Amino acid sequence: MKISVQRDDFDAGAEIRKLAGDGSVGAIASFVGLVRDVPMTLEHYAGMTEREITKIAHEAAKRWSVIDVTVIHRFGELQPADQIVLVVVAGSHRGEAFAACEFIMDYLKTRAPFWKKEHRAGSAEWVEAKASDDAAAERWIATGKKPKA
Amino acid sequence: MKVRLLFFASLREQLGTSGEEVDLPSEVATVAALREHLMQRGGAYGKAFGGKALVRAAVNQDMVPQSAPIRAGDEVAFFPPVTGG
Repeated sequence: MKISVQRDDFDAGAEIRKLAGDGSVGAIASFVGLVRDVPMTLEHYAGMTEREITKIAHEAAKRWSVIDVTVIHRFGELQPADQIVLVVVAGSHRGEAFAACEFIMDYLKTRAPFWKKEHRAGSAEWVEAKASDDAAAERWIATGKKPKA
Repeated sequence: MKVRLLFFASLREQLGTSGEEVDLPSEVATVAALREHLMQRGGAYGKAFGGKALVRAAVNQDMVPQSAPIRAGDEVAFFPPVTGG
């Protein structure tokens, strides 16, 4: 398992290839989050961020048969189209890998201590948390699986 | 009882500081009581920790409910709801 909170950019392709493993991996699901529309600064709580993401990744590995997980989250100054976050899940089969990847993203958005500040012309404003993000994380609680939309 | 306070994001800006060491009276033994204690400072603290403010808390880097206990030497962080990902 690799968890990294870093200022620098990452190479998603290289990270995916690293999880290809020795022949037991049948599926790798990945997600890349990008900065949309406006430049932003991402603040985080150093130390706690890594702990929370590690907890979320372990929780995913308990729920689904996951072989390996990589999560990279950036902080600092970011421009539109920059990569913010990468989640890669390697498993035996695609269903488990897809589910675990989405679970990690949904929990990361509501649990990991990051805060976005958007820089628009002449002003800078903190992004407000969305109720829809809480709902996305909570839907995993009842059944442990994603309910149908 | 000495604890280390940390503030993040909009809360840090509102208060004009990223944290401090405080010596708390012994009756301030939970996150909720600490929040009340800070609110009573008034000014920016009154606003930041007032009734309707959405403030989350972590003790020793674990997210906790308002009822969580605080002990000497703890690192207690306050911050707005998170917006990463």
